[in-house]
Amino acid sequence: MTDKSMTTIDQQQQYEQEKRKQEMKQQVITFALMIIFTIVAFGMVMAELPKLFVIPIMLILAAVQVGFQLYYFMHMSHKGHEMPSMMFYGGVFAAFLTILALVVLVWW
Amino acid sequence: MSEQDVLNPKHMPSNPEQATLEGKNKFLGFWFFLGGETVLFASLFGTYLALRDSTNGGASSQDLFGLELVFIMTMLLLTSSLTSVYAMYHMKNNDFKRMMIWLGITVALGLGFLGFEIYEFVHYIHDYEFTMRSSAFGSAFYTLVGFHGGHVVFGLSWIIALMFRNAKRGLNLYNAPKFYIASLYWHFIDVVWVFIFTVVYLMGVL
Repeated sequence: MTDKSMTTIDQQQQYEQEKRKQEMKQQVITFALMIIFTIVAFGMVMAELPKLFVIPIMLILAAVQVGFQLYYFMHMSHKGHEMPSMMFYGGVFAAFLTILALVVLVWW
Repeated sequence: MSEQDVLNPKHMPSNPEQATLEGKNKFLGFWFFLGGETVLFASLFGTYLALRDSTNGGASSQDLFGLELVFIMTMLLLTSSLTSVYAMYHMKNNDFKRMMIWLGITVALGLGFLGFEIYEFVHYIHDYEFTMRSSAFGSAFYTLVGFHGGHVVFGLSWIIALMFRNAKRGLNLYNAPKFYIASLYWHFIDVVWVFIFTVVYLMGVL
């Protein structure tokens, strides 16, 4: 009986190990994409493209890169991250208001 | 079963960082803290955006920033983020030795980043006489980037302390949450840096 339950645990562990291995591969791909985004951002600035074109694209690249970091590297895409997401996005919302307020105060 | 047996199970669960109530609480509390950190950095970013053109006749961002150095720093920090993912991968596979090796690489890359940042600040201060007191731009720049650098110092000390303290203990349910939380902090430092290199350096030389 105990032997049988042990093999189930082993199988379960093997399955989870395999799953993690797949996930690790995805994370390396994510990393490669992040490197590419960074190079594109630096490249656009060095190529001296028009400011109004570069700045929005750069900010979008940064936002996507941060999304990769949060969802893949920090595992926010995994189950059980509902409360953490809520708390973190609460912070992001307050951060947005802070930046908006400071920038509007100066530029108005 | 004694406490030691509970914390050192025969079969490590697949998520050792959240197998105990303490681990779950730390995980939740830490994400809450990261939300607060986001607001903190937002206020520094907002201040920087507001003051970055107030150079008081001194050095401006175009005079100061060199993209080569920033690019190297970005690559170092980004790679250190991946190496700490590897460390957590091995933690979940209950492979303590490999986890320690990858954490060691993470620390080495972080120290490299820190070295370049110190070099950068020394270069600005000596060659451009650009200090915290030069202008509003100087104050905002050193506060924002310096605060991030301070986070790097703290993160490195944290990881090094964990590595030394647990070197002989091996991985168990007591220290797994500690390692996991420290790696989350390290990723967050990289998240902030992505915005710093975009908003401060790249937008600064445009």
